[in-house]
Amino acid sequence: MSVFITALVLWLLLTNFSYSELIVGILVSIAVAGVFKEYHGIKFDGKLPIRLVLYIFVYLPVFIVEMIKANIDVAARVLNPKLPLNPGFVKVKTALKSPMARLFLANSITLTPGTLTLEGKEDAFYIHWIDVKTLEKKEEAISGRFEGILKGVFE
Amino acid sequence: MSWNEMLGQILMVVGGFFYFLGGLGMIRMPDVYNRLQAGTKATTLGTFSTVLGVGIAYPPFLIKSLIIIAFVALTNPVGSSVLARASYLAGVKPAPITKVDEYKGGESS
Amino acid sequence: MITAFFVLVAAGVILSFIRILLGPTSSDRVAALDTMNVMLIGTITVIALILKRGIYLDIALVYGLLSYLETVVISRYMEGRK
Repeated sequence: MSVFITALVLWLLLTNFSYSELIVGILVSIAVAGVFKEYHGIKFDGKLPIRLVLYIFVYLPVFIVEMIKANIDVAARVLNPKLPLNPGFVKVKTALKSPMARLFLANSITLTPGTLTLEGKEDAFYIHWIDVKTLEKKEEAISGRFEGILKGVFE
Repeated sequence: MSWNEMLGQILMVVGGFFYFLGGLGMIRMPDVYNRLQAGTKATTLGTFSTVLGVGIAYPPFLIKSLIIIAFVALTNPVGSSVLARASYLAGVKPAPITKVDEYKGGESS
Repeated sequence: MITAFFVLVAAGVILSFIRILLGPTSSDRVAALDTMNVMLIGTITVIALILKRGIYLDIALVYGLLSYLETVVISRYMEGRK
């Protein structure tokens, strides 16, 4: 059912609205939901509108500001003739459990200054850090800004 | 030229500048992991800026522009992450200036 | 100003293409190809603006989908082949 609603909303966003389009979209969405019922469950619950509002107004501004900072940082490194790099692979623990929150945390880490997620094991992420400053307190420096917000939004 | 076309074109040129920085990072960085860092970040913000500029300059395109932005923002970091992990597991050596390695061969730990 | 955009994108695409030609390992080549694909998505949307035809936005979306699949599939292949 959730898959059906997601597919139908995506269809309506992608096409111009008319009744024949709507009928074809409903049929295609039923087919997609029937196929995907076996493999994946996207589960909606009653708190979805609150999550959506929280996501748009709390998470997105922080994320966009961090991304612009990340790009200024990358621009400064690339345009600097001496190419200041100090890279390394570090391990960062996380407390998030749900797959959706972990996906968004990994994406946020990749797009924020100087870090690139390699792999997520059970309770930790392995990260390539372009400028290793310290080996203690690395959780705060890398993922601390997003972890609390994502915990509030998704769990 | 109205104000929204002006704003859209300024956003497009900013996006083009970030695309150029991504290409420059591809050339200058010493190993594949640093190249992925520069490439992914610069091109993702470049796509945000360019496609939002197109949407602002011509408002009938705005909804599809936002869909393209959401799509790129979801898939581009995942793709580069998968590629970095694959090149680590396939044995691509990091550059000699790399100091710390807590990943250690991948499969262990 | 759109000319300035195309000049900058052309410079970026040429630099990534040099990395595809030079790249010491296949990972470098795939990374440069991924960067170039994302640049081309932005360029296709600008072409849609110039020609004022919405169908090019669908083309950009499908191109992005295919480039993502391509990156993931090549990465999986390289991972298996030590």
